[in-house]
Amino acid sequence: MAALTIAAGTGNWFSALALGVTLLKCLLIPTYHSTDFEVHRNWLAITHSLPISQWYYEATSEWTLDYPPFFAWFEYILSHVAKYFDQEMLNVHNLNYSSSRTLLFQRFSVIFTDTLFVYAVHECCKCIGGKKVGKELTEKPKFILSVLLLWNFGLLIVDHIHFQYNGFLFGLMLLSIARLFQKRHMEGAFLFAVLLHFKHIYLYVAPAYGVYLLRSYCFTANRPDGSIRWNSFSFVRFISLGLVVFLISALSLGPFLALNQLPQVFSRLFPFKRGLCHAYWAPNFWALYNALDKVLSVIGLKLKFLDPNKIPKASMKVQFQHTVLPSVTPWQRLYAQLIAILPSIFCLWFKPQGPRGFLRCLILCALSSFMFGWHVHEKAILLAILPMSLLSVGKAGDASVFLILTTTGHYSLFPLLFTAPELPIKILLMLLFTIYSISSLKTLFRKEKPLFNWMETFYLLGLGPLEVCCEFVFPLTSWKLKYPFIPLLLTSVYCALGITYAWFKLYVSVLIDPPIGKTKKQ
Amino acid sequence: MEKWYLMTTVVLIGLTVRWTVSLNSYSGAGKPPMFGDYEAQRHWQEITFNLPVKQWYFNSSDNNLQYWGLDYPPLTAYHSLLCAYVAKFINPDWIALHTSRGYESQAHKLFMRTTVLIADLLIYIPAVVLYCCCLKEISTKKKIANALCILLYPGLILIDYGHFQYNSVSLGFALWGVLGVSCDWDLLGSLAFCLAINYKQMELYHSLPFFCFLLGKCFKKGLKGKGFVLLVKLACTVVASFILCWLPFFTEGEQTLQVLRRLFPVDRGLFEDKVANIWCSFNVLLKIKDILPRHIQLIMSFCFTFLSLLPACIKLILQPSSKGFKFTLVSCALSFFLFSFQVHEKSILLVSLPVCLVLSDIPFMSTWFLLVSTFSMLPLLLKDELLMPSVVTTMAFFIACVTSFSIFEKTSEEELQLKSFSISVRTYLPCFTFLSRIIQYLFLISVITMVLLTLMTVTLDPPQKLPDLFSVLVCFVSCLNFLFFLVYFNIIIMWDSKNGRNQKKIS
Repeated sequence: MAALTIAAGTGNWFSALALGVTLLKCLLIPTYHSTDFEVHRNWLAITHSLPISQWYYEATSEWTLDYPPFFAWFEYILSHVAKYFDQEMLNVHNLNYSSSRTLLFQRFSVIFTDTLFVYAVHECCKCIGGKKVGKELTEKPKFILSVLLLWNFGLLIVDHIHFQYNGFLFGLMLLSIARLFQKRHMEGAFLFAVLLHFKHIYLYVAPAYGVYLLRSYCFTANRPDGSIRWNSFSFVRFISLGLVVFLISALSLGPFLALNQLPQVFSRLFPFKRGLCHAYWAPNFWALYNALDKVLSVIGLKLKFLDPNKIPKASMKVQFQHTVLPSVTPWQRLYAQLIAILPSIFCLWFKPQGPRGFLRCLILCALSSFMFGWHVHEKAILLAILPMSLLSVGKAGDASVFLILTTTGHYSLFPLLFTAPELPIKILLMLLFTIYSISSLKTLFRKEKPLFNWMETFYLLGLGPLEVCCEFVFPLTSWKLKYPFIPLLLTSVYCALGITYAWFKLYVSVLIDPPIGKTKKQ
Repeated sequence: MEKWYLMTTVVLIGLTVRWTVSLNSYSGAGKPPMFGDYEAQRHWQEITFNLPVKQWYFNSSDNNLQYWGLDYPPLTAYHSLLCAYVAKFINPDWIALHTSRGYESQAHKLFMRTTVLIADLLIYIPAVVLYCCCLKEISTKKKIANALCILLYPGLILIDYGHFQYNSVSLGFALWGVLGVSCDWDLLGSLAFCLAINYKQMELYHSLPFFCFLLGKCFKKGLKGKGFVLLVKLACTVVASFILCWLPFFTEGEQTLQVLRRLFPVDRGLFEDKVANIWCSFNVLLKIKDILPRHIQLIMSFCFTFLSLLPACIKLILQPSSKGFKFTLVSCALSFFLFSFQVHEKSILLVSLPVCLVLSDIPFMSTWFLLVSTFSMLPLLLKDELLMPSVVTTMAFFIACVTSFSIFEKTSEEELQLKSFSISVRTYLPCFTFLSRIIQYLFLISVITMVLLTLMTVTLDPPQKLPDLFSVLVCFVSCLNFLFFLVYFNIIIMWDSKNGRNQKKIS
């Protein structure tokens, strides 16, 4: 109610946007929820009813606790609210329990914790100047940015339909980015360290943080040509940074170290035993690689280069076996990922461009990890999309990359929701976000060259027919039973093309971009 | 329009909200033997598909009129038939004669909800968008904001997508009618309005303003020249469209009479359930429904309705203007709702539609009215288990109105369109300067009462002696509000042209 009166009193557009999307989230409560709903219910039960020494050992449900300790504590705190809603959901043996009160509690816990995300977006809007053109509110970069973040399609469907707690985690990340923009480096480092102990997927972007803080915070000055001045190294800053990170880690992992459970915790956090590919193909480089392998094997069969008896049966759910191209081990994927990240890190070190350069490097880290990572889930694309929104309102080139990345990335999330009642919602929300983002950014950069060339336009328009084929035409054909995975495969490969292209374009723009010092000289 | 993309997003937001509401429960879900309006609509599909036209409105062994017999005009029946053909294509069980009674399944719900969405998308939403684009004297941004508010009006969304009805079709046709008539395409407008009446007889609430406005236009053009030609043309259009809709029923006199009997069920009493009108509220004090004989009730309600709408209608005939037309639509529909015979709580939507049209003229009062109108349907919505979507959509609507019109800054006498009224009162009562402040206080009291009553209804159990206590209270409070609005709108209408003349004098 308090928020309402604020919105009412000032006619404040930001509160209206935030409240509007919160209400939309409330409307999404009765929608379908995935097994992640049960995962989090189980974690509530584990943290509530078991002593801390058993958190990472408990295995009644197949959905064992596999997030870092802070998230477990988060669930522990939630569980103390949950007991007022329905005591039964806190029973470890109550598998797949979902009473209407449980549903309400879990959904509202996501909506409520999103407050942090809203606050972070508010802070980001303050520190991103963006391009100033129109006088009208709807043409201001701040307005566009807050819509892009608050109404983000991916976050809406992953958190509020599919069910996860990404909102407040991304809130922490955006807040730490905002703090770095505001030159409050210690706070930024603190927030990011906390974030890492909430969900370890953010390790993908940790190199960017590490290098940026070392280069631009621990070294207090640059030479005139922008290169590093070694004697400006500040030990005080370095040690205080290290102390913050160490203390946070001690707080999080300390209890488990004391219990001598650290190996068990780590084995849960990094389950190298799990299957190679995830249930679906994330739209990344390996999707293209696998598809190429498939095409080559089909051609090989047609031309009789291959022995049909040796070809494994095609299936999406099990581990993918390559027939023509060499198989890739997890370690090779890790190397590929590291190699892909390296140039952006070098760029951050040798051509420091302030927080904006850091942001680019962070996005490249996230995107490269997504492209080459092992066991990547398609949801991980949000890790690149959300920070990229901050860049998109600044420069026409970034906006173009952002739009391609976002549209294809969001489309690749479509297979997450496969039930009929949710079909209109995902299409409507996707159209809403895509039409808004493309048109508003086009309006923002209308005086510059067009955002897309003909090829990109053609590619993006192709998503429409692809959706029609996958969801409306394909179920009517006879292939539905024989090859049920074809829509997924098509979606994944088509989106992989777009995301790879966006990644490449962004990388090129970062590498070519001259450092600030040089441009000034020229 | 260079801001087309914002209009698209607005429409998409409207559609998203509609679909998310439709995921909730519907009226009579899992409640045999009678179920609710959802089953009624499905039953009509069954009847129209399996029986010949001649038997649709007649009681027979195949068509038990006691069980959701068809009681809407032919266009509804044709629409049901069309839906039935689609249903037959997807799953014949849905409309099988007799055996499909009370059929409920997830797939069927999805199908029914989709039919509502498609009808809405084809008729109501384009009309709203076009109406907002045709608004004069406001900026593009305001037009878009206006469209957003109209599309988010919770009453219509909740009844159509929650409770389950096809109000957007009849209201959409009526809106096309308003559009046509105000843009001087009188024939098209009256055609659209005839379709609206033939879809739902309740559209007759709007018929008098249409009639008066068109008649006034004819008078203005001179009854001996162009005006007479227009009048003849209009009459021909109306008669032709009615004949077209009723063609299958005109073959026998008995058919037509039976349909009319079904449409106007006089023997069903002065009111049903709990309605926020005068009779139901008055019934708390005095049981008029039981004391007075039926025909006296009928005459009484007719007289009251007629008297309350007479001034506005006469005014419209004498001074036809599209602005006056919209306000007269509001006051006539409101008079009908408050005083006429056999009113349903859902009929308030017929008042809400024209109020939506004047949102940009008097944002403060319209928002207030639309909130009250949604609140007045609270007992019905609670019965359908739609509490959550009701609260959420109402808040969304309120926020949309507040941010797009900043309504709280528009409470001066001028912006409430009460300037000329208070000037004329001040000639007798010089100290009459507190009108706008009174209205602000009334708004505050009204909103607080609504919130409190909602909270009480949801959380408290009514005392055993008075099981209907809260729903009666809801109706009573809403009725008081509506009476106030009736007075307000009549004042605006009656003092409207004076204001215009004054302005002309000044300029």
